[in-house]
Amino acid sequence: MNLDSKIPEGPLAEKWDKHKFNVKLVNPANKRKYDVIVVGTGLAGASAAASLAELGYNVKAFTYHDSPRRAHSIAAQGGINAAKNYQNDGDSVYRLFYDTVKGGDYRAREANVYRLAQVSVNIIDQCVAQGVPFAREYGGLLANRSFGGAQVSRTFYARGQTGQQLLLGAYSALSRQIAYGKVKMYTRSEMLDLVMVDGKAAGIITRNLITGEIEKHAAHAVVLATGGYGNVFYLSTNAKYCNATAAWRAHKKGAFFANPCFTQIHPTCIPVSGDYQSKLTLMSESLRNDGRVWVPKTVEMAQRLRAGQIRVQDIPEEERDYFLERKYPAFGNLVPRDVASRNAKQMCDEGRGVGSSGLAVYLDFAEIIKRTGADSVAQKYGNLFDMYAKITGENPYEQPMRIYPAVHYTMGGLWVDYNLQTTIPGLYATGECNFSDHGANRLGASALMQGLADGYFVIPYTIGDALAQTPPKPVTTEHPAFAEAEVAVRERIAKLLSINGTRTPDDFHKALGHVMWEYCGMARNAEGLKHAKAEIQKLRREFWSDLKLVGTETEMNQALEKAGRVADFLELGELMVDDALDRNESCGGHFREEYATEEGEAKRDDENYAYVAAWQYVGDNQPEVLNKEELKFENVKLTQRSYK
Amino acid sequence: MAGSNPNAKPMNLTLKVWRQKNRNAEGGIVDYQVKDISPDMSFLEMLDVLNEDLLRKGEDPVAFDHDCREGICGSCDLYINGRAHGPEKGTTTCQLHMRKFSDGDTITIEPWRANSFPVNKDLSVDRSAFDRIIQAGGYVSINTGGTPDGNEIPIPKDIADRAFEAATCIGCGACVASCKNASAMLFVSAKVSQLALLPQGQVERKTRVENMVAQMDKEGFGACTNIGSCAAECPVGISLENIAILNREFLAAKATSNNLA
Repeated sequence: MNLDSKIPEGPLAEKWDKHKFNVKLVNPANKRKYDVIVVGTGLAGASAAASLAELGYNVKAFTYHDSPRRAHSIAAQGGINAAKNYQNDGDSVYRLFYDTVKGGDYRAREANVYRLAQVSVNIIDQCVAQGVPFAREYGGLLANRSFGGAQVSRTFYARGQTGQQLLLGAYSALSRQIAYGKVKMYTRSEMLDLVMVDGKAAGIITRNLITGEIEKHAAHAVVLATGGYGNVFYLSTNAKYCNATAAWRAHKKGAFFANPCFTQIHPTCIPVSGDYQSKLTLMSESLRNDGRVWVPKTVEMAQRLRAGQIRVQDIPEEERDYFLERKYPAFGNLVPRDVASRNAKQMCDEGRGVGSSGLAVYLDFAEIIKRTGADSVAQKYGNLFDMYAKITGENPYEQPMRIYPAVHYTMGGLWVDYNLQTTIPGLYATGECNFSDHGANRLGASALMQGLADGYFVIPYTIGDALAQTPPKPVTTEHPAFAEAEVAVRERIAKLLSINGTRTPDDFHKALGHVMWEYCGMARNAEGLKHAKAEIQKLRREFWSDLKLVGTETEMNQALEKAGRVADFLELGELMVDDALDRNESCGGHFREEYATEEGEAKRDDENYAYVAAWQYVGDNQPEVLNKEELKFENVKLTQRSYK
Repeated sequence: MAGSNPNAKPMNLTLKVWRQKNRNAEGGIVDYQVKDISPDMSFLEMLDVLNEDLLRKGEDPVAFDHDCREGICGSCDLYINGRAHGPEKGTTTCQLHMRKFSDGDTITIEPWRANSFPVNKDLSVDRSAFDRIIQAGGYVSINTGGTPDGNEIPIPKDIADRAFEAATCIGCGACVASCKNASAMLFVSAKVSQLALLPQGQVERKTRVENMVAQMDKEGFGACTNIGSCAAECPVGISLENIAILNREFLAAKATSNNLA
């Protein structure tokens, strides 16, 4: 199939303005005749639902949470990028665009990224006007900090709780529209399938998580803002409920899934402490502004440390290897996430890791505390230090943090065109749910930016273009396709409940996570990936023959909810492996051991792999079909990334 | 293993857990034993162990709300040994770790108790009343687009910091659960203060506080009698000062009301 990305003609800087002029408009009186479903109420969903309702559309918003204020956007710590150049340090829309394309290792679409950089400045204005309490300087103006992968300070923040403050801003805008009756809010409501009528998205099937009731909802357009799929790995920094079900159900109805193997491993997470571990906690990347990453210079010293024969405080300066500063003098501790993660793994592989498991490196604040005082450090990072102390029982003001990489974000997602429309007409994907802006690696403080850009400033324009070409007839769930989809959902739930085996959903999830982390994690190779594929297929068969559930579908049944999500992860995991096997190069978060430079850095193959891999579902247990969207770089010169 | 207490031994505990099939069913306390609990586990990981065990035995796992497990989403809401979010100050249930307990302890786990937070099942309650209070006015009425440049609204740093402190409320409901009157004043006051402090919130300052307080009363939350257990038990340290601000805002609004509703 020919993938039309619908990128507008003309110079890069003019594409979005021209496109906004060229899209068809729905006249104000007609907007109330259109219904739009928005699934997910994180940054991308809440901002879209509020903005669409403000324009006059009737919005139905869905979340599986008890409130639209809980989505995992809330946990983003560090900040949000915007090309304001308030710091007079040489930032510009073009520089943010350039940094993002380069940071993404040249696997993102130029036009989308440029638009993202353009609207980034509007996001800050919007959030300030909502009352989001961003950090301020003494003169009353907005403060900025620097972040990995950039040499300018363009990150806006609200202490270590930027995601919370931005989400509460979007939630407040959404709440206002709920009060006006323009948004009908469905909480504790999980999307379990997409309904297609005449090849177009016509609605969704949901399950009420309290009563178990299966509901049908129709609309003229459906927006999925359902986040990423990092929980395929079981252990990740994602919230426990984060899942791929909505996106995966849409994929199985015809939406292509792009670059599933592009997953981001975040370098600064609290290490695993035991096999009971239910999730991993991120320590914001902003800590790398002031923390210095190191391990002991020698394996012998690391061994003594792990055995408890020596304390970290007693290791003399000359015995410490600040490996990021040593290897990348220009960027130092602020190299992009993928580079920082791989280097930490390399140190641990060499036997120089710390902590009892040896799977950790130090992030040390001694120098900044000495230079500016503990109070000043607390002002900046207080909540992060407190969180670290609560989880580990160690005081980071007195001894360095132990950190290790963990799965954090997924750059891949549903394939969308410039309008954020998937390959299914009438179905849109925004935020982490789509694949569009981060290429093979996302820069820090760019996820919040993309979620809000899509929701506040892109989808309100682009969805109108499609709706203007749709007759404003009332929608119903009368079409037989709704009944069919409902029956399929009920049958699947009944099947899950009837297996009556011995293993719990979590048990299967952990087993899948182990396979994914070992063979499709920070470093991958063809042999391991082939092994993983067989393992996942085996797990999937076991799941459908040995799953243990109790209770019924007509009550609150959290294990049943979990089982449905794990079933989808067991299919998506295999596609991630297929994608990683197809991509015979290393780029960004995708590091194939066979494709590395002599210095061990990722080696891209622009000749053969400068494409978006968009996978097409063609039937259960059949190989998916690969469709390629060639990436054209007309403005940025492809170079080997260097942060030295 | 990797925590502060490498020599701490696994614990065996007795749990007394509130079980209730649904909103209309009668509930009661049921005893469970959990074994080999690591001190480095979080409280919710300990409940995961219980639930996996129950499920394997063919018994219904305990329903409870949780999500981020980083103390920020506000989903988790357990009443542990008679205290909202348990014994550790300034800590959500998900950030409470088992090293705060000892081998052989008996731990009582209940849902939030408040008429305005009906039980869904077991330990999960319905906090949608909070959303309806925010819908009554917890926002600045601006649409997307057309806003001035962010730096055109300078805000003194101390004001911005105070607004931020109020804005950090996670909406968990511990304040209501801890209050003998089941009052929601701390929750409401946090949002009212945040927006009353900021220049962006001035235009709707009066109507906001009037409408939010009216909705709070409508939801059936109790009155505030200035005991302060809400602030003492708030996991993110929302200050009692906010309630003073709310009272002042409310009186000022009522005294000069232009809200005809």
